[in-house]
Amino acid sequence: MARNITYREALNEALAQEMERDETVIVMGEDNAGGAGSPGEDDAWGGVLGVTKGLYHKFPGRVLDTPISESAFIGAAIGAATAGLRPVAELMFVDFMGVCFDQIYNQAAKFRYMFGGKAVTPVVIRTMYGAGLRAAAQHSQCLYPLFTHIPGLKVVLPATPYDAKGLLTQAIRDNDPVIFFEHKALYDLSGPVPEEGYALPFGEASVVREGGDVTIVTLGRMVHTSLEAAGQLAGEGVQCEVIDLRTTSPLDEDTVLESVEGTGRLVVVDEAHPRCNIATDISALVARKAFGALRAPIEMVTAPHTPVPFSNALEDIYIPDAQRVVNAVKTVTGWSR
Amino acid sequence: MTDARIVPVTMPKWGLSMQLGKITAWVVAEGDEVKVGDDLADIETEKITGTLEASDAGTVRRIIARVGEDVPVSGTIALIAPADVPDDALDAAVLAAREVIDAGVPDDAGGAAELQTADVGGRKISYAGAGQDGDVILLVHGYGGDRNSWLFLQEPLAARHRVYALDLPGHGTSAKDVGGGSIDVLAGAVTGVLDAVGAGRAHLVGHSLGGAVALAVAARDPGRVASLTLIAPAGFGSEINAGYLRGFADAQTRRELKPVVGQLFADESLVTRQLVDDLLAYKRLDGVDTALHALLETLLDGDAQRGDSAALLAAAGGAVPVTVVWGRADRIIPPAQAESVPGAVRHVIEGAGHMPHMERPAEVQAAIEETIARST
Repeated sequence: MARNITYREALNEALAQEMERDETVIVMGEDNAGGAGSPGEDDAWGGVLGVTKGLYHKFPGRVLDTPISESAFIGAAIGAATAGLRPVAELMFVDFMGVCFDQIYNQAAKFRYMFGGKAVTPVVIRTMYGAGLRAAAQHSQCLYPLFTHIPGLKVVLPATPYDAKGLLTQAIRDNDPVIFFEHKALYDLSGPVPEEGYALPFGEASVVREGGDVTIVTLGRMVHTSLEAAGQLAGEGVQCEVIDLRTTSPLDEDTVLESVEGTGRLVVVDEAHPRCNIATDISALVARKAFGALRAPIEMVTAPHTPVPFSNALEDIYIPDAQRVVNAVKTVTGWSR
Repeated sequence: MTDARIVPVTMPKWGLSMQLGKITAWVVAEGDEVKVGDDLADIETEKITGTLEASDAGTVRRIIARVGEDVPVSGTIALIAPADVPDDALDAAVLAAREVIDAGVPDDAGGAAELQTADVGGRKISYAGAGQDGDVILLVHGYGGDRNSWLFLQEPLAARHRVYALDLPGHGTSAKDVGGGSIDVLAGAVTGVLDAVGAGRAHLVGHSLGGAVALAVAARDPGRVASLTLIAPAGFGSEINAGYLRGFADAQTRRELKPVVGQLFADESLVTRQLVDDLLAYKRLDGVDTALHALLETLLDGDAQRGDSAALLAAAGGAVPVTVVWGRADRIIPPAQAESVPGAVRHVIEGAGHMPHMERPAEVQAAIEETIARST
C-alpha cells in the first residue's frame, strides 16, 4: 500500500521495479554504482545524491559506472536504445548537457521521424536541475525550456514522490527519448507512494489544489512554492487553483485552458529564466486560446534573467518565493481597467 | 457544569485516513428540531463530500463549528439538548468544544483500525478492522471499489460489532491477480479473511459484485454466514448497465472516468476531484487493468448480466436472514431486481443511486443492524 517515502526513494523504487520487470533496462552514469565518498562497492552511495543506491548488487552487470565524459556515455546510451536496450543514463547536472547536444537533439530526437517510424529510441536521461544548493552558476540552472523546444523529446519534471515514481516508470516504458528533470531540493521530500508499480501518462497535468479565483500554472519545485502561496491567500479569501504541468512536452493544454476559463485570471510560476521559458509558453497559449476568458493581464513569476548567483544572499532572492507568488496573485485580482 | 442531557454532535470519521473535516454547509439552524437520520450538515474531507445525519433526536441548541472551518475528527460541532437545559451549561460546553477545534489535529492522531494483510492461496489480501466486541461483520465492496467505500459505515457499526472490510483480489491494496476472474476466487479471499481474523461465523454485507461474492461464500459454506445484507447485489436479473462497467474498465483519464463514476450516485456532486483522482491512481497500478477486464467477463454476457445469484442463495439453504437494500435511483443495476431476491426483507432507499452505503449511510446501517438482530 501507499506508505510515505522520499522523492529519492521513489525514483530508486521505480528503477528497481522496472529493472526487475524488464531485463533490457540498464542504468549508467557517473558514480551510479560507486559514488562520491563511497568507502567501497558494498556501501556505495549510488550516484551523487544516492538515487541508484543498492541497484548495483541487485542487478549485476546492469549498473554501469562511466567516465566523466558526458558526450561519450550519453551517446552510448542513445546507441544502446536504438539497438534494443532501455538505458537510463544519469547526467548529474543538466548544466553539463551542452557537451552532448548533438547526440540528444540531432540524433535521439530525430530517429523516429527520419526513419519513418521504423526506429525507436527508448532512452531516459535523468538529470538534476534548479537553484538552492549553493552550487553556483554552472550547477543550478533550469534548462528544461531548451529541451521542450525540440520536437521528438519528451520532457518530464515530477514535483512529488508519487509523480516521481509513476513518471519515471512511464519514461522507462516509453519508446521515445525522455529528459527527466529532478530538482535537487526535492530529494528529501516525503509523500505517499504505492508499493506496486504504476505508470503515469505524459501530457496530463495534475490539479494539486482547486480554487475558483485565480489559476496558478507551475511545475517542479515551484509547485510547492505556489501551494504555500495559495495556502496564505486562502486565509485572505482568495481561492487559487494550482496546476502542476508535470510534463512540458507533451503539454496538457486542456487542463490549463479549462481552469482559466473558470477563473479568468492566470499567474504562471516558473523557476527558469524569464525569456522563452515555460511561463512565456503558457502565457502565449492562454492569450491565444482563452483570451476571451481573461479578466486581467497574465502575471509571470520567474527567476531573473541572470546566471544563478554564488552569493548565498543573492541566490536566496534569485529563487521565486511564495511572497512573490502572493504579490502576483494580488496584482491579477486587484486589476481593473 | 456538564449536563448529561446535552448530546454533542461530533465530526465523524469517514475512513481510516480522515483526521479533519470541513463543514461546507449547515442544513439545520439553532432551534431546529431533528429526528434520527435527518441531515445536519454537509462535510467535506480530503477524499469526499458527505452529509452528516443526526444519530440522536432533539433540539439543535448550539452550532459551534463555522462553515469553512476545519474540525478534527470527533470534535464537537453542535449541541443537541432539550429546551430546559440552561444556557450557561450550553455555553460551557461550547467553550470546551471550541478549544478542541482551535487546537487542531492532535499529534498522536492515527487510524483507529490498522491495515492488515493475509496470505490467501498465495495472494496478499488487505483488510482493516474496527471495533472490539460483538459479532464479526465483514464488508465486501463492489467492482472497482475497495474497503474505503465503507468509510461512512465501518466506524458507526464498530460501536457494537467487530467490523472488517477487505480489498477483494484485483482491488485496493490486495494482490492484483484475479486468475480467471471467477466469483470463486473472490469468495476464497472473503473466506481467507474470516480465517485470518478467527471468525467461525460472520455477518456478510456485500455491495453489487460483492453481494454476489457474499452469496458465493454462503453457498459454499453456509455454516460460516450468520446473515446477509445485500446492497444492490449483482446477479438477480439480466439487466445491468454494461456501458458503465466497460466505461469504468476502459477509462484512462480523469475526463473519461468522471462521467462514468457519476452514474454511481443519485447526486453526482458527491464525485469530487479527489475521488476521481484516487480511482485513477488505483486503475493505473500494474495489473489492475487486466484484473478489471477479467472481472468484466464474469459480470457480463454481451450486454446482459451473467451469473445466477438466486441459485447461490438457494444453495445457501435459506437458514439465515437475508436483507436486500437498493437505491431507488440506481443507474447500474435496476432496483426492480430487489423483487427477485427470494425470502429477503427489502429496503428501497429514496435519494440514493448505486451507492446507498455512501449516499444514505444511516439507513443502510439500520438495515444491517436489523438483519443482524434477526439472526440467531
